[in-house]
Amino acid sequence: MRDRIFKTLLLLSALTIVLICGGMFYFLVIGSTDALGHFGFFNFIASPEWDPNPDNEQYGALSFIVGTLATSFLALLFCIPFSLPVALFNGEYFKDKKIAVFMSTVINLLAGIPSVIYGLWGFYTLRPIIATLGLSEQGFGILTASIVLAIMIIPYAASLSAEFISMVQKDLKEAAYSLGATRYEVVKCVVFSSSFSGIFASYVLALGRALGETMAVTMLIGNTNNLPTSISSTGNTMASVIANQFGEASDLRLSSLIAIGLLLFLITGVINFTGKMIVKRFN
Amino acid sequence: MKRLSSVILAIMGLFLVSCGGSPSKGAIAGAGATFPLPYYNLVFKAYQDTTDILVTYGGVGSGGGIRSLKDKIVDFAGTDAFLSDKELQNMPSEVIHIPTCMGAVVLAYNLPSVKNLNLSGEIIAEIFLGNITMWNDAKIAGLNEGVQLPEMKISPVYRSDGSGTTFVFSDYMSKVSPVWADQIGTAKALKWPVGIASKGNPGVAGTIKQTQGALGYIGSEYGFSLKIPMASLMNSSGNIVSPTTESISAAASSDLPKDTRTMITNSSAADAYPISCFTWLLIYKDQSYNDRTIEQARLTVDLLKWMLSQDAQKMTTMVHYSPLPTQAINNSLEALKGVTHNGVKL
Repeated sequence: MRDRIFKTLLLLSALTIVLICGGMFYFLVIGSTDALGHFGFFNFIASPEWDPNPDNEQYGALSFIVGTLATSFLALLFCIPFSLPVALFNGEYFKDKKIAVFMSTVINLLAGIPSVIYGLWGFYTLRPIIATLGLSEQGFGILTASIVLAIMIIPYAASLSAEFISMVQKDLKEAAYSLGATRYEVVKCVVFSSSFSGIFASYVLALGRALGETMAVTMLIGNTNNLPTSISSTGNTMASVIANQFGEASDLRLSSLIAIGLLLFLITGVINFTGKMIVKRFN
Repeated sequence: MKRLSSVILAIMGLFLVSCGGSPSKGAIAGAGATFPLPYYNLVFKAYQDTTDILVTYGGVGSGGGIRSLKDKIVDFAGTDAFLSDKELQNMPSEVIHIPTCMGAVVLAYNLPSVKNLNLSGEIIAEIFLGNITMWNDAKIAGLNEGVQLPEMKISPVYRSDGSGTTFVFSDYMSKVSPVWADQIGTAKALKWPVGIASKGNPGVAGTIKQTQGALGYIGSEYGFSLKIPMASLMNSSGNIVSPTTESISAAASSDLPKDTRTMITNSSAADAYPISCFTWLLIYKDQSYNDRTIEQARLTVDLLKWMLSQDAQKMTTMVHYSPLPTQAINNSLEALKGVTHNGVKL
């Protein structure tokens, strides 16, 4: 009896999640039909024009798509040289040592910091540095946002990769050592190659996190609705334009913002799906 | 299982206690513009202290407030931009505008060596259009004799979110610059050729404070409370005027329309600060929507009447807003007389 109740409960809660996800997708599609019907799907994606003046309303998502992809992939690039060594440190070189436990606690602490705190840190500390270095005029822009995003996603990439690296079978490594391999060669040829799909998956997860990050990005990217031309120029991401403009939007602009939400949903979905396919191929 | 349910019950009990905690004779809910929020926080608290009626106001932006009123989930909405004729027609039933106070949009700047800065509408428009880019530009220097203007780039800062403040600012810009009126226009959100954007009045103020060479527009109270230097502006009579209670009030000295739906930027009065504005509360003329009781309708109208009284009006200056001119108060009291509940006058 209890077993059956438990089973139904499980099924119900699992179904609820699917239903909620489906409901969100449905809401996004319904909400965006106005904008997509008015501008056409491909025009909406390909146009960098965003003019909210009611006399001359013109909405396109290209600037925001570029802004989102640029910040997220740059963040991913910036985070690799820090998260990969940390993962190796914790998962291989100092596995189960006190120092590794300490390191992973600190890294996980990074994941618990609210994003507005990252935004404030970026605003008051990082931005003046970027401006002084002359990398961008006022310190706002794609670059500043990417650096802060990179720090934010390090814990996701590092702790999961460390997990996969520590799971590499001991006898595989020992076999390599017995053949005379150095530690470097073991890491390069055995550890990395057998945990590659796991490491890759953790970076896909980190990328997904970067794609949707809103608050910290909004505070640092400059919020200008134009196509970014270099990494030092200001721009806007899909999540931050929604956060900025949703409150006052109505009619066509509201629908356009929901359409951007739908696109973000699709992009995240596509990236996660491709990630999974790549992981599968390497398995 | 038993323990869990008792914990849940305890939590629910806590919620009930905290909800029913404040003894009040009624509650009124509103939402809308953030521009007058510092004043509303003050004045609604005072109203609650004297009458025991709870007034909650959510600063969600003018557009959000109007949407909430349209959805009939609030008693009143706050807005800095009056509803156009078209917007009025789109509302489910007739809406009346009640002005509550006057305010100003100020040009805040960050120039370390400059204590007093004078600007004119034309110069501000040129800066935000991207035609004037340096602080030591001859046009700016012409208005600031004896001031050492640094050779520094100007960083214009504007609002990233739709905002009544932007509406008021762009209304003024359109009046003083034909190029602006033609290329950019007047709206709550615009397409800006240059500059960086931040969310909300506090966001813009923070960015200006942290960026050397920045120039941006914010609600006056945010400038005063954060102690950011503000430019004095040349008004339409050619006088240089700084934003004060008196200069803001002076902007409304000309004749007002009956429903007070008017913009008072670029006022022709000699001492007027040129970017002054009203801010309004909106209510339905027929208060019987959504099965509202006549008591609730009375509460709402009484609150608005009190907002027009001297008690409330004299609080405006405490937070750097200005009291309404007598004509606006009289027009609004007249308009409130027309509010009904199922045909019954309130």
